[in-house]
Amino acid sequence: MTSVPEKLLPTPSHTVGPFYGYALPFPEGEQVAPKGHPDQIALHGYVLDGQGEPVPDAILEFWQAGPDGSLAGAPGSLRRDTTTGGHLGRNGTDFTGFGRVATDADGHFALFTLPPGNAGLPYVSVCVFARGLLHHLFTRAYLADGADPLLDSLPAERRATLLAEPQEGAHRTYRFDIRLQGEGETVFLEFQ
Amino acid sequence: MHVSMHVERPARDPRGGALATGHPRGLRKPTMALTQSDIDVEIADLQNAHDKSQAGGAPARHHPPRDYAPYRSSLLRHPKQPLVAVNGGDPETVELSGPVFGATDITEIDQDLTRQHQGEPLGERITVSGRLLDSNGRPVRGQLVEIWQANASGRYAHLRDQHPAPLDPNFTGVGRTLTDDQGRYSFTTIKPGAYPWRNHTNAWRPAHIHFSLFGDAFTQRLVTQMYFPNDPLFRYDPILRSVTDESARERLVAAYNHDLSQPEFSLGYEWDIVLDGPSATWIEEGR
Repeated sequence: MTSVPEKLLPTPSHTVGPFYGYALPFPEGEQVAPKGHPDQIALHGYVLDGQGEPVPDAILEFWQAGPDGSLAGAPGSLRRDTTTGGHLGRNGTDFTGFGRVATDADGHFALFTLPPGNAGLPYVSVCVFARGLLHHLFTRAYLADGADPLLDSLPAERRATLLAEPQEGAHRTYRFDIRLQGEGETVFLEFQ
Repeated sequence: MHVSMHVERPARDPRGGALATGHPRGLRKPTMALTQSDIDVEIADLQNAHDKSQAGGAPARHHPPRDYAPYRSSLLRHPKQPLVAVNGGDPETVELSGPVFGATDITEIDQDLTRQHQGEPLGERITVSGRLLDSNGRPVRGQLVEIWQANASGRYAHLRDQHPAPLDPNFTGVGRTLTDDQGRYSFTTIKPGAYPWRNHTNAWRPAHIHFSLFGDAFTQRLVTQMYFPNDPLFRYDPILRSVTDESARERLVAAYNHDLSQPEFSLGYEWDIVLDGPSATWIEEGR
């Protein structure tokens, strides 16, 4: 008879604070699509606080299925140079599925990736960290509207916060703002 | 007690794309200076409220609430709507898998923060080591662990940290490693100093190392801070005190481990990290 292992209690979360900037961002963190790939899409927007002010010290992470639907990912997001200790950038062929982008002084971010091929509606999973945020927040940027168990569980106004909007006149570009609080507050998720 | 935050609010439409130039948001000043005793009262009130709800049978609260007012920066940066539950029973849920990292993502000396410059950094050399586990106690193998910290004087190598403590030309304070087959990580670094911040007058952060951790699933993602035992600043710090469960707070404090200390070289601190959140592996095992 095997014994059921005792559940360990989790290590509590803490804020990422204001000083992650020389540690977490890495060159080409936003360039998940191999450079020059014809199917590249841009997903961009602003992170805004409870007064609609941009949040210049948030850092976002993105995780998604490959265009073929694979959820296996690949190493090499922050590929290193063993000669200098610096960064080489991604290898230009592998799709790691992982992106990391810090917001700029205007609270803006941009991710360049390939369309996710997950089952159901395509979406990119987003994890938000910021100074002032004691525990990260998960959300999703859906790149298409339609039937979806999560979207369908939400009132129309809240559902809209998860839909990345194709931008007219901009090639394969989607707008996705993240409102941490207040009017138009983004739907944030917990996984059970 | 409420303090009004006089924040200018320029009329502009963030969807319009024509944003004005950025402002240093971190430097918003309350209209009156809050003292440590003001903050202590708020911390005590929230602690009492927590303890009372625990005594009434509420489930243990392992993570900090996002709306913890004594940490002033949280005021406008927490959602007011409840989180929406995603049932993780569908193995195709993208977040039940997660990013992977490998040998190309680190260099050998990334885990030794004392060897990244020409000279030796100043301060007390330490070894920080422990295991990364999931909530079933299984090691999380081959995953990326990232750390960042202040130098021995309590100064970050960050432009925004301008408090009058010296920078150390031989210390940046960034490390990375991959966990081994037992889920173990190990860093050589120097003990960071405490440092002041502007949450309230005379606010000081206890010495800590920032940790960023990945599990097998994106749901297990964790960013946190490790503290050193018996720091007298613990009780005053609204960030640590935001974890209102006392035993959860204790899980953020490393233990001095003499067996980890290296003769004539470094003092050893042991800190195990436990990730929560569902993963695809759990579903495969019929959870």
